[in-house]
Amino acid sequence: MKITFNINGEPRSIDTDGEAPLLWVIRDGLNLKGTKYGCGKAACGACTIHVDGMQVRSCSYPAKFAEGKEITTIEGLSQGDNLHPVQQAWIDEVVPQCGYCQPGFMMATAALLKEIPNPTDEDIDNNIINVCRCATYYRMRKAIHKAAALAKQNPSE
Amino acid sequence: MNTKKTLYALFLGICLSSLILWSSDDPTASPSAEPPTETKETPFDLMMQVLTHQRCVNCHPAGDRPRKGDDSHITRALGIPRGNDGHGLQSISCGTCHTTENNDYSGVPGAPDWALAPESMTWEGKTRVEIAEQMMDPQRNGGKSPQEIMKHLTEHELVLWAWEPGIDAEGLPREKPPVSKKDFITAVKEWIASGAIIPEA
Repeated sequence: MKITFNINGEPRSIDTDGEAPLLWVIRDGLNLKGTKYGCGKAACGACTIHVDGMQVRSCSYPAKFAEGKEITTIEGLSQGDNLHPVQQAWIDEVVPQCGYCQPGFMMATAALLKEIPNPTDEDIDNNIINVCRCATYYRMRKAIHKAAALAKQNPSE
Repeated sequence: MNTKKTLYALFLGICLSSLILWSSDDPTASPSAEPPTETKETPFDLMMQVLTHQRCVNCHPAGDRPRKGDDSHITRALGIPRGNDGHGLQSISCGTCHTTENNDYSGVPGAPDWALAPESMTWEGKTRVEIAEQMMDPQRNGGKSPQEIMKHLTEHELVLWAWEPGIDAEGLPREKPPVSKKDFITAVKEWIASGAIIPEA
């Protein structure tokens, strides 16, 4: 079936099996490789993207549901050359180790900051439940607080 | 050879006689000694077999987090608290992983309005009578009348999902309640039509 949506601000149409996970449409159909396959059962969060501003696990999101939606992947988180505060904080705090799961964490964090601009540690523990096998959680917590501070300095972002 | 045959026949005869005598002495030994008693399950029994099944209880948990699977376990991935409205938290909600239908690729179940039941409708750890009392109490059931409860139990897509639970992440079908959907709906309607009488504990 033909599915039309906006992804990272650009209109796209693609012919695909409507039941296929949106993850594979994004990675293989649109060649956007930043979104990762982790567990394939919506448990780890490596495939987290935003659909109409809400975070979803794209490995468990049928492509047909993307019809007419606004989709954002890690490639679209920044505005041109201006990094999103979450991306800047991730660099500043040297968060990644292997890095595989980090796009998913950054998308989850961006969604968190939109709802809770100044999250407490408890907010972070409750809302960021992705899985990192390198266990970079401590650095991520620092980066999330830093991203919140950066976003306050540059509220337009 | 003839002597052996004779002895063998004699031995068999003794065994058979002993068995007959033993059987006639003990009338309870044979299952056919007493006719089976017919037991008829009431509409309440049938309804409760479903409501206490894990397909229902997993989303009526004690505590704040959903249960998962036929063994009703909790995982970190499902560690999302119910939040204010049963749909999760501000940035991560049931809809982060669940859609309006089962997903055979990921094994993630789905149905319209996927959510946890309100805390006032906790069923886990409660008896059948306690569940029924709670379900019919407007103070705890969201102000629902018996007719509205009947509609919820017999028509709501999330409730009826229990009979179409799909497959898990291993591709294995989830267990369905032990009563058919048709019999459950009939039982609920009969129970409520006859006054929703809750048997004594």
